[in-house]
Amino acid sequence: MEVFWYIAIAIVLAVFFVLDGYDFGTGIIHLFFAKKEEDKEVIAKSAGLFWDSNEVWLVAAGGMLFMAFPTFYASVFSGFYLPLIIVLWLIIFRAIGLEFRGQFKFQMWKDIWDTSFGVSSLLLALFFGIALGNIVRGVNLGGVENGVSAYEGHYFFLPLWDSSFSPLSDTPGIIDWFTIIIGLISVVTLAIHGANWVILKTNSSINTKLKGVIFKLNIALAILTAFSLVVWQVVNPKSLDNFMDRPYLIVFPIIYLTGLIGLFFIKKLKKESHGFMFSTLLILGGITSSLASLFPVILPSINTTHQDLTIYNTAAENYGLSVAVNWAIIGFILIVIYFIIQKRLMAGKVDKMDYGH
Amino acid sequence: MEEMLFYDRLQFAFTITFHYIFPQLTMGLSLLIVFFKWKYLRNNIEKYNNAAKFLMKIFAINFTMGVVTGIPMEFQFGTNWAKFSELTGGIIGQTLAMEGMFSFFLESSFLALFIFGEKLMGQKLHFLTGFLVFLGSWASGWFILATNAWMQHPVGFEVLENGKFVLENFSALFTNPWLLPAFLHNQIASVVTSSFVVASIGAFFVLRNKQVEYGKLFLKTGVIFGLISSVLVAFPTGDWNAKNVAEYQPAAFAAMEGIFETEEAGAEIVLVGQPNMVEKKLDNKIAVPNVLSFLTHQDWDKQIPGMDQFKEEELPSNIPALYYSYHIMVGLGTIFIGVMALALFFLWRKKLYTLKPLLWTIMFLVPFPYIANLTGWYTAELGRQPYLVYGLLKTSDGISPTVSSGNTLFTLLGFVALYMLLGLLFLVLVGKTINQGPKPQTH
Repeated sequence: MEVFWYIAIAIVLAVFFVLDGYDFGTGIIHLFFAKKEEDKEVIAKSAGLFWDSNEVWLVAAGGMLFMAFPTFYASVFSGFYLPLIIVLWLIIFRAIGLEFRGQFKFQMWKDIWDTSFGVSSLLLALFFGIALGNIVRGVNLGGVENGVSAYEGHYFFLPLWDSSFSPLSDTPGIIDWFTIIIGLISVVTLAIHGANWVILKTNSSINTKLKGVIFKLNIALAILTAFSLVVWQVVNPKSLDNFMDRPYLIVFPIIYLTGLIGLFFIKKLKKESHGFMFSTLLILGGITSSLASLFPVILPSINTTHQDLTIYNTAAENYGLSVAVNWAIIGFILIVIYFIIQKRLMAGKVDKMDYGH
Repeated sequence: MEEMLFYDRLQFAFTITFHYIFPQLTMGLSLLIVFFKWKYLRNNIEKYNNAAKFLMKIFAINFTMGVVTGIPMEFQFGTNWAKFSELTGGIIGQTLAMEGMFSFFLESSFLALFIFGEKLMGQKLHFLTGFLVFLGSWASGWFILATNAWMQHPVGFEVLENGKFVLENFSALFTNPWLLPAFLHNQIASVVTSSFVVASIGAFFVLRNKQVEYGKLFLKTGVIFGLISSVLVAFPTGDWNAKNVAEYQPAAFAAMEGIFETEEAGAEIVLVGQPNMVEKKLDNKIAVPNVLSFLTHQDWDKQIPGMDQFKEEELPSNIPALYYSYHIMVGLGTIFIGVMALALFFLWRKKLYTLKPLLWTIMFLVPFPYIANLTGWYTAELGRQPYLVYGLLKTSDGISPTVSSGNTLFTLLGFVALYMLLGLLFLVLVGKTINQGPKPQTH
């Protein structure tokens, strides 16, 4: 049962990062590359039409996590209190940027909300990467100092940073040089993904230029990935064990590599959707590889006093998990139906779509 | 510890109050939109379609606000109420996760289609998407009320030795006797808000003598829906809820009605008076004898336990706030019935559209259904205190053990600042949309 819910939540989260990922990325592209008003408008629109149905996936993941792994939910949400609340604020800023830019015609108004949309998208991409970095690195569970626990073994609290900025400190913060690297990977990945989305969904004048941008970003991503793999070993020495024990798990890193290699051919791809497909593989491969390397741990402990949080020691009781499978299956079928209806009706470029308000 | 609890509660109260301004309108408004769309399908008069689309614009702004202020609500269960989440997540996680799956996806997918897809889909499908948005938003209310009903009157569970609440019976969550009355009361209250908003917009159009045709339509619809919902919200749904409180939370019932001392026979109903917590009485009380007993038990002489029958720790922690919330809600509800009945009378006599004092009243009445809805929720929530799960889990035992009061104050200040900005933008946008009115613009 725990494994079922783990996989279900992982899928929902992965879908969230693929879907909302493109509108975060669109924001980053918008911030740095959209210069003409027509481009700004249509790029904002390509995110604005979809962001709220994409963000529902985050809410769904949150709800499922709450139901299936309440101890983990409680531990992580209170432990990462500060970055989570900041993420909420950024989500709000981004949404109002998208919804309000078109409400008045004068340029200053639009510029304000464009900046709000772009900057919060960038910071969100960074924060989500940093979050993944924190999960991989682990935290000081129980708030142990000099062998004494401040809280129960599954609770912790992280400040935004520790004065050492090192993931190897006994009391690391949210932001250290390792999590920053993962944050940058996330920013670059989502920027690529967003650029592909813009190419796919709009006729903006910068589409051709964006292919060059994707190529350059992809080089940066390859370098960052290689570098992160090395430091990953330093931060979490056990990260390869799962792949040694279960060689079939190697499929996840291969998915990532396929995306990475595919994107080097961005200028030669026949169809615009292929680029988007490759960046989707990047995101899926990145998330699944990280999760696979940790499984069944979901939050490592960096001290020896308290054990790691796993899907087994944080799950709800079996009866609840089993009943929930029934409604979740019905729910998933419905969601897929809505999704297909929505995508079919809103297929194609967004330039000509009538923006209702 | 005291301070942590205080700021956690303050932040939750602030963010949920602000959040609930929006869903209470969208839930009711979706019903009115479906109504106008249905009228258009039936008699093909363009006016109804324009009215539906105009209200959808207002709906969309409120929906966005509801989404962005709603995500913090779900997160706060974990961020500020971690212990509560850990202990009860196996139960209330069910209903909250179902809300995400069965209502948010429905609502957000079809809202986009309703707004952008009219030409693409044709009128019948367009009506259907509107109906699905309505269904999604009411389903959301259902799951939230199911969650709250479990906290008010826990059912279908077992408590383990380590204090965890474990689900024993899934269907009990939905057959909870607290749920249906609370759900109906809440949904009809949201129809009250949206009817008043629509009537108020109508009054505005008529008074300023622009798009009068739509003004009259909105006034008429708002007044009819407003009167029906104002009556239903009091009777039978409000009455059912009060009876539930009297049965399952008698201490909260005594406090909200302001009964300090148990009377020999029938209990009086308090109309006016301020709780004096030092002398344990109501100052300058005006009350009608025996009526409360009759309303609650249909028996003029049935005894109702007053606050003197309960131990200090069984009583709600803030009795005056509970008492005022309840009385403000009931008082406003009574005024709503009066104003709307009057308006309907003049509508029937064909004088409403020219009766300026009444139109001004309807226009400026608009904040009050919001206040009534919010004070209604305060009544439910303050009545449950000092518990999170009634009688079983204290609020003070539910907070996050690791989040210091300084950090919560920091985020609370952030929310206050951000929500001020949001509120301002919201008013500007809604004002602009209403100012344009439903008449199709010629560009």
